[in-house]
This record gives sequence, structure tokens and C-alpha cells, in this order.
Amino acid sequence: MRTIAEINDKIKKGKAVVFTAEELIELVEEEGVSKSAEKVDVVTTGTMGPMCSSGAYFNIGQGKPKMKLGGGKATLNDVPVYTAFAAADFFLGSNALPDNDPRNKIYPGRFAYGGGHVIEDLVAGKDLKFIASAYGTDCYPRRELSTLINIRDMNQAILFNPRNLYQNYNVAVNRTDRVIYTYMGILKPNLGNASYSSAGQLSPLLKDPSYRTIGIGTRVFLGGGVGYIAWWGTQHNTMVEFDQNGIPTEPAGTAALIGDLKQMSPEWLKGASFTGYGASLAVGVGVPIPILNEEICFNASLSNEDISAPIVDYGSDYPQAWSRDLGSATYAELMSGTIRVRDKEVPTSSLSSYPRARRIAGILKEWIEEGKFYLTERVAEFPGPGSGYDCRPLKERPI
Amino acid sequence: MISRRIVLHFPIDLVSDPIISRLVKKYDLECNILKADITPRQIGILVLGLKGENSNYKDAIEYLKSLNISVQLLSQDVTRDDDRCIECGACVTICPTDALTRDPLTGAVSFDKESCIGCELCIVACPMRAMKVCF
Ligand code: SF4
Ligand code: SF4
Repeated sequence: MRTIAEINDKIKKGKAVVFTAEELIELVEEEGVSKSAEKVDVVTTGTMGPMCSSGAYFNIGQGKPKMKLGGGKATLNDVPVYTAFAAADFFLGSNALPDNDPRNKIYPGRFAYGGGHVIEDLVAGKDLKFIASAYGTDCYPRRELSTLINIRDMNQAILFNPRNLYQNYNVAVNRTDRVIYTYMGILKPNLGNASYSSAGQLSPLLKDPSYRTIGIGTRVFLGGGVGYIAWWGTQHNTMVEFDQNGIPTEPAGTAALIGDLKQMSPEWLKGASFTGYGASLAVGVGVPIPILNEEICFNASLSNEDISAPIVDYGSDYPQAWSRDLGSATYAELMSGTIRVRDKEVPTSSLSSYPRARRIAGILKEWIEEGKFYLTERVAEFPGPGSGYDCRPLKERPI
Repeated sequence: MISRRIVLHFPIDLVSDPIISRLVKKYDLECNILKADITPRQIGILVLGLKGENSNYKDAIEYLKSLNISVQLLSQDVTRDDDRCIECGACVTICPTDALTRDPLTGAVSFDKESCIGCELCIVACPMRAMKVCF
């Protein structure tokens, strides 16, 4: 039907026809798949929610005398960073916590400030405290460093998230008789609420469920700037259940994302605190899907009514890694505010922001229409359905 | 006519019942107890909805202050920092009133101060820490 090169040519001429995933759903309802696929060049998707496997790496340059951070210790605003690279590089994960954070000792812990908040503060242009100690070598004699540091003075600040964009996710409920504090939020006892975390019909990997276009090298909206899919994400799983349309009905694919933190904005990268659980980072991501054929168009046009998520008990089944079937709910039901679980009406909460997802899809659409964003040809494919690529539990063996 | 929600903080040796009956009888105010609680620091908290004549309301507030009770308008107590809120909706099933609600079509989450009873449950339920108390 059309190639990515042809789409980019149209973008250059300001003639590309770009629809958000929501707009495409309406168009396909009115005009059908064939006509819509003829008309639309690109569909934009979006999502924003806490994505725990996120982090960033940095190079801060050398002071005088020189210092080897590798093998030493360092903190940014008291949050420890990982210093096991060369002299001036380090990595910070979104779940990192200051050594003196009480964690869950005073249950449930508040986790007011962690790695995700440090990333947000950096992106907001704030000065942060950087404190490091090292063992000193002949070529890097310095042992102590204590300085204010700002992202604009760093050589590199790169957001690198090993796992984002979960393709579908669980709906968390709690069937015990006490409140539990989870990464899915606060779950009230006896099915008091249900918490889900996907933008459903706007969510990137749900719109291209068998990775017909999305792959390594795909250029994306990341944290308000431009990023790339670096690899498939950790826990990427293709050995899951699929519905009649080929959409996974449980958590499946994921993507690892990379991008220049210096271009990003605190509006789309926000530190999060999960009471009783830990610190995290909310990340805004948008992925363009080129409509290369009718099948891609059809997949992208499936709506909240067509996509469903499994209901999982986080009170016992999830922590104990038991499986039990509590049924499923469509994203249309989840959005409506209540779902039925075992004959009980359960009110729903969402962790993923639908309004933000819509805004990201809208911004990406604008970027493409204005010729600021071109599509990339992927350089390698993700392992897709049928590849046998799975996510296995840990095999424990005595040492 | 005036209608306000107020938060009273008072030492717990001060019993609240006679105070309330006085607000009703002497100051002719409609009095609705929205929340009564004792904090871990042994301070009594009373959230009241008051309705009545402006001048009576004013006198009643003066009376409460004369008893060394701190008085705050409830609408100033819990606020949402809209720069931090991403409208996820994690708070809506935690809020016991309709102060935090999510539009089923757009997913937009609105905060209606008028319905807020100041229970503070949303403060720790919001991952972005967008809900704030200012006591
Ligand atoms: S939980 Fe917090 S960020 Fe999410 S909608 Fe409620 S106030 Fe906003
Ligand atoms: S303080 Fe209580 S009533 Fe007010 S918004 Fe928060 S949860 Fe709702």
C-alpha cells in the first residue's frame, strides 16, 4: 500500500495524513478498514504511567585532580547511583532510595524521594548535590568529591529504560481482609477496588500487537523529547493467550527505550511514590504506527471494547505466584468506573493516565504534520507471536 | 446566609458536644459533623459543615477562637497541585466522597473541593503526591 520512505516524503511535503489512535477508531467505524487504510498514513499512540524499570546513565566529566568513580560510591541528592563503569560514568535506577530512607520499617513506607524524583529534578534543570568517594589510583588520585551539579553541565544524560510499554497489563484486586500496598496502588480489602494500568486503545504495543511495524530502531516520543526503541524490553513474552484478533489478553510484549534526557521535560517524566512499595518514574511515551497495509490499519483500529485484561488477586495469588482465574474485563468496562468480579461490582482506579496518553498521541501527530518528526525503518524485529520467546520464572538451585 | 466547611483542632480535654450544641442554640447555625477524629498526637479534629446568618457565623467563629480552638476553612485544607497531577485516577477509589472523580469517557480526573471532607486518604494514595494538606 505504501512504504515508510513514501510516508516520510509526504511528511517532508507537509502532506502526510496523521490520525491519533482514537481518531482512527472513529474513522474505521464510519468508513471501514479499506478506505481508512487508503486515507491514513500514520497513526499515533501514547501512554503515560509509572514504569518502574526506568533509569538513566550519565557522564559528568572530570574535575581536578581526576577521580575514578568506577568501584567507588556516589549519590545524587542522597540517592545512591551505580558506579561500576569507567571513571566518570554512572547509572541511576528509578527505584533507588537514599540509604537513610526508612523503607517499610515504618509500614507502610512513604518513599517520598527516590531515583525517579532525581531524574525529574534533573530534567527540571535543578541543581543537585553530587557526593562521591573513591579508592584512588595513580592515574585517578582523587578520593572525595562534593559538588552541586546540573544536567546542562553533564557531558551525557541519557534516559535508558530496560522495560517500558507493557503490552496489556493485569487488573489488580485484593481478596484478603486487609488493605495492601502494591505497585498497583492501594488495594482495599474484600474486592474494595480494582486497579489497572494501560491506556487500552491508545497504548502503543496494543495497537501493533504482532509487531508488524514496531521494532528496534523505531523513533518515538519519549519524556517530551525524541527517543528510540533500543531493544525489546525485559520480560518480553510471546507465550501468552491471544484473542481472536491476535491481541494478547494478558501482559505480553515490552520495549526498552533510550533517549537524550537533556531534551526531555518534567511534564512527561515524573517521580512517583508508591506508599508501602517504593519510588518509581512515570514516563510519557508515544509511538507512531505507519499504515503500510490493511492489516496494520485493522489492528490499530481495535477499541477499548475489543481489548481485555486479566483480573489478578494481589492479596495472595500474585505474591505467591499462584494462578487462579478471576476472569477478565475489557478496557471499556474498566474506563466505565466499575467492573464485575465474582458477582461483585468493583470500582476501578487507573494508574496510567488516559488524558496524558491522548495528549501525547496529539503532540506526536502535530510533530509529524509539522515535519518535525520523521518515521524510521526498524533495523530488527521483535520476537513476535509464534517465535516461542517467553518469560520464565527463576529456577532456584542449591549452591 | 453563609455555608462553610471548617476544621477545628482542639486539645482533647475540651469536649466537643457542648460546643456544638452552643453553635446550634446560641448562634442558630445548622451544624453537620463531617468527621470527628483524634490524631496520634492527641489533638481532636472536628470537620463541621455550618450554615446560617453571616453575623451569627462570624460570632460563632470568634467564640471558637476564644476557646483556643484553631479554626480553618476546609476548602483551604486539601488541595491538588495541578502541575503534579497527571490525571491517572489512582485516587478515585480511595476517596470516600465524590471529591475525586474520573470521567468515564475522557478519563479526566476532577477534584471538587466542595465535596472534600478532608480525610486525607488521597494524600498517600496519589503516586505523584499531587494531593496536599496545608495545616
Ligand atoms: S492519584 Fe494523584 S496524579 Fe493521579 S489523578 Fe489522583 S491526584 Fe492526580
Ligand atoms: S481528603 Fe478525603 S475527601 Fe478530600 S479529596 Fe482526599 S480522599 Fe477525598
